[in-house]
Amino acid sequence: MDASAGDVVNVISGAIGWLTTADHWWGNSGILNRTLEHVQYSLAAVVVAVLIALPIAIVLGHARRFGTAAINVGNLGRAVPSFAILLVAQTIWGLDELPVAGPITVFVALVALGIPPILINAYTGMAEVPDSVREAAAAMGFTPLQQAVRAELPVALPLILAGVRTSTVQIIATATLGAVVGAGGLGRYIIDGLATRDFDELMGGALLIAALAIVVEVGFAALERTAVSPGLRRRTVQVAATTT
Amino acid sequence: MILAQPRYSRDSWLDWSWVTDNTDDIYAATREHLVLTVLAVGIGLLISIPLALVAADRRRLRAPLLSVTGLLYTVPSLALLGVLVPYTGLSRTTALIPLVSYTLLILIRNIIEGLDSVPGDVREAAAGMGYTRRAIRWRIELPLAVPAIVAGVRIATVTTVGLVTVTSLIGQANLGQLMVSGFQRGFRTELMVGVLLVVIIAVVADLVLSGLQRFATPWTRRRATS
Repeated sequence: MDASAGDVVNVISGAIGWLTTADHWWGNSGILNRTLEHVQYSLAAVVVAVLIALPIAIVLGHARRFGTAAINVGNLGRAVPSFAILLVAQTIWGLDELPVAGPITVFVALVALGIPPILINAYTGMAEVPDSVREAAAAMGFTPLQQAVRAELPVALPLILAGVRTSTVQIIATATLGAVVGAGGLGRYIIDGLATRDFDELMGGALLIAALAIVVEVGFAALERTAVSPGLRRRTVQVAATTT
Repeated sequence: MILAQPRYSRDSWLDWSWVTDNTDDIYAATREHLVLTVLAVGIGLLISIPLALVAADRRRLRAPLLSVTGLLYTVPSLALLGVLVPYTGLSRTTALIPLVSYTLLILIRNIIEGLDSVPGDVREAAAGMGYTRRAIRWRIELPLAVPAIVAGVRIATVTTVGLVTVTSLIGQANLGQLMVSGFQRGFRTELMVGVLLVVIIAVVADLVLSGLQRFATPWTRRRATS
C-alpha cells in the first residue's frame, strides 16, 4: 500500500465516489447516523465539561484564588494523552450506553479532556479582569454577585470562549478515536478503512471528519464575533491548547 | 507482538514480572517514541523559525500564516493520518507529517509573540549603540524572545508526546503500540506501562526544557514569575 497508490487523482475520485454513493449515507452505519453519533458524543461532553469547569473557574477566578492549582490541573491534563484516557476508561467501564451521550467510556474520556482548557482559560480570564473594572463596578453599587456576572464575566468572555473552543476541537478529535474502542462516530470509517485497506472509505471518512472539525471551528469564530462586546474584540489571547 | 503468558496476572494493573521479562521491547518502544517526538518538534522548529521571522517583519503575512496553520491544527490526527495513508503508506513519514503540522501553530505563534514582546526602548537603545537592524534581530530580539520560544517548544513537545501514541494505529511501533496491544488483548499491565511511560516522558521533557531555558537565559532567573 505504498507509493504505487501515488496517483492523487485516483484516491480523491475514489473518495468522492464513496461519498456520493447513496447507500453509504443511510442506515445504522451510514454517514448520516455516524455524523449524528459524532455530534451527539461531542456535544454531550462539551456541555457537561462546561457545566463542571465554568462555575469553578468563575468562582476561583473572581476570588483570584487557587490559580496555580487550576493551571497545574490543566497542564497535567496536557501530559496525559486523551488516547490513553480513552483506552484506560474503556478497560474499566466498557461500552455501556448512556442515554443521549453515547457509550459511558467515550463520555467520561471526552469530559475529562474537555475540562482543563475551559478551566485554565476561564480562570485566567476572570482573574485578569483589571482592578479598575472591579472598582468601577463596586462604585456603581454592584453587589459582589452582580460584579462577577455583569462586569467581570463580559470582560473575560473572549478567553472563556477561546477555552470552550479549544475543548470542543479536542473533543471532536478524540471522539474520532472512540472508534478504536468500538464506539460509533465518524472515526469508524477510518478504523474500518485501515483494517480492510479500503482507501475510498478511509479517505472519504477522513474528509468528513476534517469538514466537521473545520465547520465547528468557523462556527466558533463567528460566535466569538457576535458574543463578545465590541469594545473588547482586540484581545486575542490563547492559553493552553492541545490537540489530538 | 509481545505474548501475554498465562503466568502474568490479568487483573493487576501492573505486573512487574511482565515488565522485567520484556524490558527490551519496552525499551525499543520508548526509543521509537522519543525519536518520533524529537524529529517532529525538530522539523517543526526548522519550518517555524524562518516563517515566524519573516512574518514578524511583515504584518500582512501573519493572518494568513496563522489561519493556515490553525486550520491544520483543527483537523483531527486520525483524519490527517487517514488522508495520508493512501499516498505515503503505513510509514514513519505518514506519522511525521501530522505531528510536524500540529507543532507549527504553537511554535509560530510563540516565536512571533516573543519577538513582539521585546520593548521598543530596548530596540532603540541597541540602535543607539550602533547595532544594525540585522544585529538587533539576532543579538537582541532573539535572545530576549527565548523564554517565549521555549514556552512554545514545551507545549509542542508535551502535545507531540501524546499524539505519537495515535500513530500506532498506522503501525508505528512506539509506546502507543504497547497501549493498543494491551488494550486489545485485555492485558492491563501492558496498557498501563505504555500510558505511564508516555506521561513520564511528557513531564520529564517539560522539566528538562524549562531547566534548559533557565540555564540559557540567566537574566530571567531572578524574576519570580511562573
